[in-house]
Amino acid sequence: MSAAGPDGVAISDRVRHLLRLADTSLVLAQRLGEWVGHAPAIEEDLGLANTALDLLGQSRLLLSYAGELEGKGRGEDALAFLREEADFLNVTLAEQPNGDFGDTIVRQFLIDAYQLELYERLVASKDARLAEIAAKAVKETRYHLRFSSAWLVRLGDGTAESHARVQASLERLWPYSRELFDADELDRQIASAGIGPDLATLHDAWSSRVDAVLAEATLRRPADTPYLWYGKQGRHSEHLGYLLTELQYLQRTHLGASW
Amino acid sequence: MYTQGLLEQGGKGVAAAAVEDSERLRRFEARIEAEEKIEPKDWMPDAYRQTLIRQISQHAHSEIVGMLPEGNWITRAPTLLRKSILIAKVQDEGGHGAYLYSAAETLGISRAEMIDQLLAGKAKYSSIFNYPTLTWADIGAIGWLVDGAAIMNQIPLCRCSYGPYARAMIRVCREESFHQRQGYDIMLKLARGTAGQRRMAQDALNRWWWPSLMMFGPSDGASQHTALSVRWKIKRFTNDELRQKFVDFTVPQAKFLGITVPDAALHWDESAARHHFGEIDWAEFHEVLRGNGPCNRERLAARRQAHDAGRWVREAAAAHAAKHAARAAAA
Amino acid sequence: MSAARDWPLYEIFIRARGGLDHKHVGSVHAADAAMAVEHARDVYTRRQEGVSIWVARSSDIVASDPAESDALFEPARDKIYRHPTFYDIPKEVETL
Repeated sequence: MSAAGPDGVAISDRVRHLLRLADTSLVLAQRLGEWVGHAPAIEEDLGLANTALDLLGQSRLLLSYAGELEGKGRGEDALAFLREEADFLNVTLAEQPNGDFGDTIVRQFLIDAYQLELYERLVASKDARLAEIAAKAVKETRYHLRFSSAWLVRLGDGTAESHARVQASLERLWPYSRELFDADELDRQIASAGIGPDLATLHDAWSSRVDAVLAEATLRRPADTPYLWYGKQGRHSEHLGYLLTELQYLQRTHLGASW
Repeated sequence: MYTQGLLEQGGKGVAAAAVEDSERLRRFEARIEAEEKIEPKDWMPDAYRQTLIRQISQHAHSEIVGMLPEGNWITRAPTLLRKSILIAKVQDEGGHGAYLYSAAETLGISRAEMIDQLLAGKAKYSSIFNYPTLTWADIGAIGWLVDGAAIMNQIPLCRCSYGPYARAMIRVCREESFHQRQGYDIMLKLARGTAGQRRMAQDALNRWWWPSLMMFGPSDGASQHTALSVRWKIKRFTNDELRQKFVDFTVPQAKFLGITVPDAALHWDESAARHHFGEIDWAEFHEVLRGNGPCNRERLAARRQAHDAGRWVREAAAAHAAKHAARAAAA
Repeated sequence: MSAARDWPLYEIFIRARGGLDHKHVGSVHAADAAMAVEHARDVYTRRQEGVSIWVARSSDIVASDPAESDALFEPARDKIYRHPTFYDIPKEVETL
């Protein structure tokens, strides 16, 4: 039972919407954090770390806001470290394992292109605070997309080996992209209240961007598959459990401690 | 610190250089004496060049390998802010490695060659990074003690005679004090926290204290390579001088935290106006340098793995660039 | 073991803020100029905003006797945890 705000959307639904955005950035940042010290060159370590830092910053702002709206005294850390898998609302694509550098770049590219379209539209959100967060995130995401697109092109149009590897990465990760644009009841409510964008429009814009880069990368756009993932509803792949185990270990072991 | 295990010709280096060109050597040494900076295109004795290549590259390797023990806790950092800080710190270390490889390359060695030396086990890196990070408190201890020791070594290096190395050190030092402060901040929180956290902090100090003292290298009496490095202003203070200063600065900081330095012999020597500390286990130090520390194999294996796994990526980027250069030329 | 296995070396010049010249800060390895600009940003500008970056292939530079100087950096306002003054270290603890 949750009060509705002036726009008719229940507070709990607005919180869920914010958590979808926050958790996607958080989980993706967590994945990128695993790369540090293991990238193909020092400079790529720095580039991936830069993206991780930006995504962490976004998730902190969004989580803090979600916690305030919720009004139960949960701050960014309580939300990040003490929720269970079913309460995490990131898109399933974000939690996929790093694999090799190609897998990581494909995952990053698909999400960067999605986040850029999303944040560009959220700048006009009726939720002023969300609009402000999005305005900052847009600038960062432009740079992330530049980095991941450039690498996708180098790998796709590099050597025969890199082309084969990254085409395979694309085939493997493409099925997770459907979830980004499949509107459920929450997405529809958020869109009609003017808080967030219409996902169909988002999909078209994303699709054009992706096609342009894939063409330059000489990569083949995979066919859509019918299976739909539901990470944004809390039903995840097997990977999230392990990821949260690492993420949450210290706080769950030392309950109530300050760090 | 970055010359632990460095083999040097000592007196032989000076004699060989004198044969090279005694007038140029005299002018070179006069410039050093006058605190002038030597730049990449200047004449320099071969021993100066080789010593710097080894020292700078080993310093660079230390930064890169140093990303691993701390990177180990990024996914498990206890708050989002701590996670951000740790990523930023490790990112800085990678950046420091990049500045230093850059500086070394001005002396005529390529990055590929330096990386090959590291991965083949032929080059050294600071002994401290061969120890494992077993708890979150280790991350605090590393920032506080290891970066503290590094700062002590690096500040004098800002006045090193070789321009590119001195400039890289100035940039590094600007960034390093954030590193030490975030480490001490972690220790403060733990020391003021739960019983479990205080135990964690004391345990980390117990394991990192002596290896941090060993970072400064062998004691002056046992160190053969100091003379030439001091004469050519590559090394501005001796190992023992820096180690003593580190102990004197750090012991009060430990006292403030309420944790005990694991040295029964440690006490303030009033007449000498400094702390007297116990004997370092030099056998352990030499074993670690020889490759028999807790994590030597893992650290090198991780770097080899990253390098090998990344080969197809580096090659793809080079191939793509070549294709584009060719297309641009043909257009 | 040949240097040909490295990506080419680029020298990096950075304008710290408007009104200043570009200054040489060091070098990066990159496969091409666009990558060099990105690498320079990540290696040399983690603490500043509003930069201009020039990259040039090291092999293209013709030198007489270069005088090099350090670039000055301004803090990046939203990454305050990088800065020494962010931490509330008690005054009693000296020398940190």
